[in-house]
Amino acid sequence: MDIALAVMRGTFGAYRGRTLVATLAIALGVALGFAIQTVNRSAIAEFTQGVATLSGDADLVVRGPADGFDEQVFARIAAERGVSAASPVVEVDARLPARDDTLALSGVDAFRAAAVTPALVGRGAAAVDLLRDDRVFLSPAALAMVARAVGDTLDVQAGTGVATFTIAGTLDAPAGRRLAVVDIAAAQERFGRLGRVSRVDVRVRPGTDVDAVRASIAAALPAGVTVVRPDETSALASRMTRAYRVNLNVLALVALFTGSLLVFSTQALSVVRRRTQLALLRTLGLSRRRLVGILLAEGAAIGVVGAMVGIAAGYALAAALLRAFGADLGAGFFRGDAPALAFSPSAAGLFALLGVIAATVGAWLPAIEAARASPAAAIKAGDDESAFRGLVSPWPGVACLVVAAAVVALPPIGGLPVFGYAAIALMLVGTLLLLPRLARALLARIPAPRASGAALALASLRAAPGQATVSLAAIVAAVALAVSMAIMVSSFRDSLAAWLDRVLPADVYVRAGGAQSSGWLEPSDQRTLASLPGVRQAEFMRVLRVLVRDDEAAVVLLARDLDRATASERIALIGDAIDVPTDRPPPAWISEAYADRFGASPGATITLPVAGRAVAFTVAGLWRDYARQTGAVIVERASYVRLTGDARVNDAALWLAPGATADAVRRAIDERFGKDRLTIATPDEIRALSLAVFDRTFAVTYALEAVAIAIGLVGLSATFGALALARRREFGVLRHLGMTRREIGAMLAAEGAMVSAVGLVVGLVLGGAISLVLVHVVNRQSFRWSMDLHVPAGQLVAFSLALLALATLTAVVSARRATAGDTIAAVREDW
Amino acid sequence: MIRCEGLARTFAGPPPRPLFAGLKLDVARGEIVAIVGESGSGKSTLLNLIAGLDVPDAGSVVVDGVALSALDDDGRTRFRRERIGFVFQAFHVLPYLPVGENVALPLALNGVRDAASDPRVAALLDAVGLGDRAASPPRELSGGELQRVAIARALVHAPAVVLADEPTGNLDPRTAASIVELLRDTVKRQHATAVIVTHSRAAASAADRVLELRPDGLVRLQG
Repeated sequence: MDIALAVMRGTFGAYRGRTLVATLAIALGVALGFAIQTVNRSAIAEFTQGVATLSGDADLVVRGPADGFDEQVFARIAAERGVSAASPVVEVDARLPARDDTLALSGVDAFRAAAVTPALVGRGAAAVDLLRDDRVFLSPAALAMVARAVGDTLDVQAGTGVATFTIAGTLDAPAGRRLAVVDIAAAQERFGRLGRVSRVDVRVRPGTDVDAVRASIAAALPAGVTVVRPDETSALASRMTRAYRVNLNVLALVALFTGSLLVFSTQALSVVRRRTQLALLRTLGLSRRRLVGILLAEGAAIGVVGAMVGIAAGYALAAALLRAFGADLGAGFFRGDAPALAFSPSAAGLFALLGVIAATVGAWLPAIEAARASPAAAIKAGDDESAFRGLVSPWPGVACLVVAAAVVALPPIGGLPVFGYAAIALMLVGTLLLLPRLARALLARIPAPRASGAALALASLRAAPGQATVSLAAIVAAVALAVSMAIMVSSFRDSLAAWLDRVLPADVYVRAGGAQSSGWLEPSDQRTLASLPGVRQAEFMRVLRVLVRDDEAAVVLLARDLDRATASERIALIGDAIDVPTDRPPPAWISEAYADRFGASPGATITLPVAGRAVAFTVAGLWRDYARQTGAVIVERASYVRLTGDARVNDAALWLAPGATADAVRRAIDERFGKDRLTIATPDEIRALSLAVFDRTFAVTYALEAVAIAIGLVGLSATFGALALARRREFGVLRHLGMTRREIGAMLAAEGAMVSAVGLVVGLVLGGAISLVLVHVVNRQSFRWSMDLHVPAGQLVAFSLALLALATLTAVVSARRATAGDTIAAVREDW
Repeated sequence: MIRCEGLARTFAGPPPRPLFAGLKLDVARGEIVAIVGESGSGKSTLLNLIAGLDVPDAGSVVVDGVALSALDDDGRTRFRRERIGFVFQAFHVLPYLPVGENVALPLALNGVRDAASDPRVAALLDAVGLGDRAASPPRELSGGELQRVAIARALVHAPAVVLADEPTGNLDPRTAASIVELLRDTVKRQHATAVIVTHSRAAASAADRVLELRPDGLVRLQG
């Protein structure tokens, strides 16, 4: 007979319900983590594959600002000695009238593209369509998006007008990629890009050193234009999304952590319940090491089963998340992509291993406790309370908190708040290790109740803080994590709302298109808007994406109609603005993200690529920007137009005359420009939309929060039930002494309420501390956004009351089973 | 004080097994009766019926003038709280209460405020020789001392009836003898009535009357 199997069979047979709950908790944690990882990997893989396919045979890619660069650069590149072929591309985010989406449209020279990026050459009935200026080729995903077929027409906004194309054929684009291709000359002429290109795909001569060619090309490029390898594009996209993906993965690991706590609770109580049995085995000759091994194997077995279930459920969940939230899980990075879900054995193996580790770690402390017990003492029935007396030592918990305080403010590693996450983990573990002492201290402060049942409940808890910890651990972790995320999300939302109020002072906002859009407003359009009936004042803004450094994501340049003297009234400045003297370079106001990325500060001089030249600006102030994570710079539009000659704008802000209404102005704009050519919104509408996007982005976070709470409550239920069953003899004695069933139920309800109250207090304080790290460290280092702390007091009070009620009810319901049976006969049970 | 008439009870099984039928028992006020019998004869079940912890299949139980069959479960519980004291074989002292609070438990259940400070607690601890151990945790006491605590607890609320189920079952002979003597002395001093279920000759010898429970009923053995 294998003693290990015999012990484990006895455990799993006797505690089937609790074992099942612990297994499901591990499965849930694994499923969430694997699902998020799978969606992220699929999106990145799809994007990478897409870049690779569309890059074709290109060895290098030359990129510049969103509105393009001089096409003479292409001519110089094509003439480079090491270049065998060069293909110029004009990239436009094509606005489709009456739709919110844009379609990625590329203008190519079909002959040159055939040699470098054949995937961009359309496939149609007539080859001559490749050269016609009114023909477009769409990928299958783009055809589905616009609900058209080959031969139909497609309208694309151009400025404030419409360019109509006939769909001449399809593209061999990667599945899910929405792409349109037109002739390059058509793109330049119809979308206002005459003399400019967005990118040049380069093929190097066979046998030539690619890096040497790269260096030669780079040396001759104007400011703001860079040359990179194609795979660096996907690496950049991966880096841009990394912080968001890591955040979601951390949240999933949180669910796994709470699952681990549930395993701890289950195993701890199981060990206490079997204390005399295990002591008997030790007395009969089972070594300490073997006992630890058996108990760890129990935990590992829960982990293995939970992991297998979790991986299967995780794949199904990934499909559901993809359908519900899209490939970017709400972040907005891969909008427009519809990747196929890819199963990664390595990711599955990793998360399965994490599940097994979580469960085994959860079983470790109870195993150590069981091995440490003296068999002679433990074999005496009634020795239960000496179990977990070792938890009382405070030093490991204190050490965790001290280290957390020491590392929390350390800088990020690779743009990730590694030390912030470590500090949170240490705060959590440290508090849990200190929980017996905290529980004892808090329970000592509860005044002695008058009702005998409640008094007994308090006496029972005070005498066994270690066992109370077993009940508390899962609920403290769940409350702390839920509270910290609630405060963080509330702070973020509140800060976002306040920021929107500051940056939207006008009455009506008009948008023709984004940085690379096919929509824009010519000076004549601007004059038309400014002179509309009811419009008192109009300010305009040009939006561009520029490359400040070769290997970094683009920065957004906002050229605004600003009076530098009153700029602080229009910009959400942090701190005071600096007066820039006229003998210094013109002013620029940089966002927090820009300052963090490039190390600039008010008073410093920065260089921005404008019209192919490196232009100096003086940093006049720092502003908060929640719209652009990669950084943004505001400059005076007058300076911009003087430097570039580009008088077009993307956005307009209109102030209305007294008595004028936004609806009337909206109607006037539609009449003048055509319905749905321009996006028109009031500040309230923009605010509502922005907050809706925010809520959607955090939907996954909210779901994970709810999961953590559910696991905590399930943990509480399981441990209360187990503790009640372990105390059947005690209940039997009380029944003999004259306590009614209802009074015993009331005693257990009081116990449940007290334990939950202690858990809530500790969880609220810990959650508050963790929220400070999330707000001031994790978010700041991940996304470069600062925010003002806002505690949703009403929400937290309601949550606390609800949790207290639920936990008390859980305790009563779980314990009812223990008192429903023959507790009177339990008095005569030996074990 | 205790009158059982026509009492019948069947062990639920499986299979169901009749323990006794038509059982009659009369215990006078202040009398100590010991009930002996083979294992499984239903001695503890009889004790449970007298305590109102169980209901008979037939017959009646009247304790201190109260017909238990007329009461529901809560009623029998309250009756037990007020008028009955228990001593168990395994002591069953609550490990998380000090000795004094364990003894005071019946007083607390009966609504006495600050029961642990009630003079009856100290008086009974003195009576059982543990006057200086009121603050001690149960784990510091020996088996014999724990049983003394249990005896004190059984008598602190001046019950009409004390029921003892194998009170010396977990004790060595010398300790058992002292416990038996203590139990008899304290019961008599409080003018309570006691029913002791036991296998022990020593415990039985402390009784005024010894009965044997057989399938056909109770048979007097001595007294």
